[in-house]
Amino acid sequence: MRKIIPEFNKGLLKENPVLVLALGLCPTLAVSVSAINAIGMGAAATFVLFGSNIIVSSLRKVIPDKIRIPCFIVVIATFVTIVEMLLKAYFPALNKSLGIFVPLIVVNCIVLGRAEAFASKRNILHSAFDALGMGCGFTLALLIISSIREILGAGKIFGFVLIKGYEPASVMILAPGALLTLGFVIAFMKLKSSNKG
Amino acid sequence: MNMDNLIVSTSPHIHRKESVSYIMWAVVIALIPSGIAGVWIFGIGALWVMLAGVFSALLFEALICRLRGKKVSILDASAILTGLLLSYNLPANVPLWLPVVGSFVAIAVAKQAFGGLGRNIFNPALVGRAFLLAAWPTYMTTFIKPYDSITAATPLALLKEGKALNLGQMNLSYFDFLTGGRGGCIGEVCIVALLIGALYLWVRKIISLHAPFAFITIVALLSWIFSGEALFKGDFIFAVLSGGLILGAFFMATDYVTTPLTAKGQFIFGLGCGLLTFVIRKWGGYPEGVSYSILIMNAFVPLIDRFVRPKRYSP
Repeated sequence: MRKIIPEFNKGLLKENPVLVLALGLCPTLAVSVSAINAIGMGAAATFVLFGSNIIVSSLRKVIPDKIRIPCFIVVIATFVTIVEMLLKAYFPALNKSLGIFVPLIVVNCIVLGRAEAFASKRNILHSAFDALGMGCGFTLALLIISSIREILGAGKIFGFVLIKGYEPASVMILAPGALLTLGFVIAFMKLKSSNKG
Repeated sequence: MNMDNLIVSTSPHIHRKESVSYIMWAVVIALIPSGIAGVWIFGIGALWVMLAGVFSALLFEALICRLRGKKVSILDASAILTGLLLSYNLPANVPLWLPVVGSFVAIAVAKQAFGGLGRNIFNPALVGRAFLLAAWPTYMTTFIKPYDSITAATPLALLKEGKALNLGQMNLSYFDFLTGGRGGCIGEVCIVALLIGALYLWVRKIISLHAPFAFITIVALLSWIFSGEALFKGDFIFAVLSGGLILGAFFMATDYVTTPLTAKGQFIFGLGCGLLTFVIRKWGGYPEGVSYSILIMNAFVPLIDRFVRPKRYSP
């Protein structure tokens, strides 16, 4: 157990996939317009990560080295298809607002990166906890960025009006707002980690 | 001989008396005529916008310098200049929190986050303006008519929307443009006042005219060729006097930090600004492109500086 907890913890802050490893920036920038989107996207990606890490890890001795990337993609695509069908069936509104970025989880760097760098070398239990940690870290980063953007750009959080009479800075909902917010959150993380030494 | 009076230092050994604050204050002084003209034309509201911009810029500068553990140097006038230039780029009837937010973006995001004075890549005042324009487009594009408080579009906006195709249809003359009798931002309308300021800076050798000359010439040339009903029939005087071209060319394309170091580089910088301004005015979504063209060319400054590096003297 002592070896498993760090595998989960590292994904949250120390090796946060978005804010430290700078993976999966495309969905981060695109869907972080509202906190609801962030949770949905984070949950979907975590589910895919969890499934693909377990399968890849259990198949790591069977998959030939030369064609490992296509094999990973097939595994990941399977789980993405499941997620997409589930979203369409039970959360059509969320599916609509996430749009193309649900099928695009297939090529999300985080999922493929963890399969390649972690799951294909480690045992199933470690891989499962790594996936959960990375998934939570991804969700956390999305939630931070999207909360800032939703509050400043729409005056709301989770769709609820926060301040009456606030005139939203629509730029924060647009692409420049995403890049600005991501830059500042990463800068803040760097500042904190460099202060620690 | 007393050796204590000797100072041992590396070259250069010849200094001019100019310092950062000397230059910044000179630019602030050069901007004053245009500010007075802005208040004269648009009323006392313009003065409040300017004061809000300047004082909030000073406040954020002091606050962030203190947070970063740097010496608080608000008296070097660079923050005053940023706040002033930002408010010159706003309509006179904006709510007063708008210049405050703009100053925050200019000082905190564009200047201090990049490392403070001398290290910013982009012109802080223009970053502030670009942010405000993207965030609250309605406020930023609602202009008031000179000597009146009813709203009026700028000549360039009228042209873009096809509501008026020439000066006659706008009920304006070139004289109105020179004296500032048209809709526009506080500090951009009175061309005469801006030219007085620019002349003062040029006489005192604070700015060189390479960038402004290239900037204005290329806009005039391209507008003359392509903006008219037929080739070589464009109204190039209108193109030069309208929008923020004079303000941008003399006061922002000559900024020490965000423009190239060499004369040749500044010339190239001005050409790029002029070309982009014309392209945005003619084909872009916005009626005016001066601020965006300067910001885009700011990004090219390191490249230009590397490209036109002065030749080293070697016998």
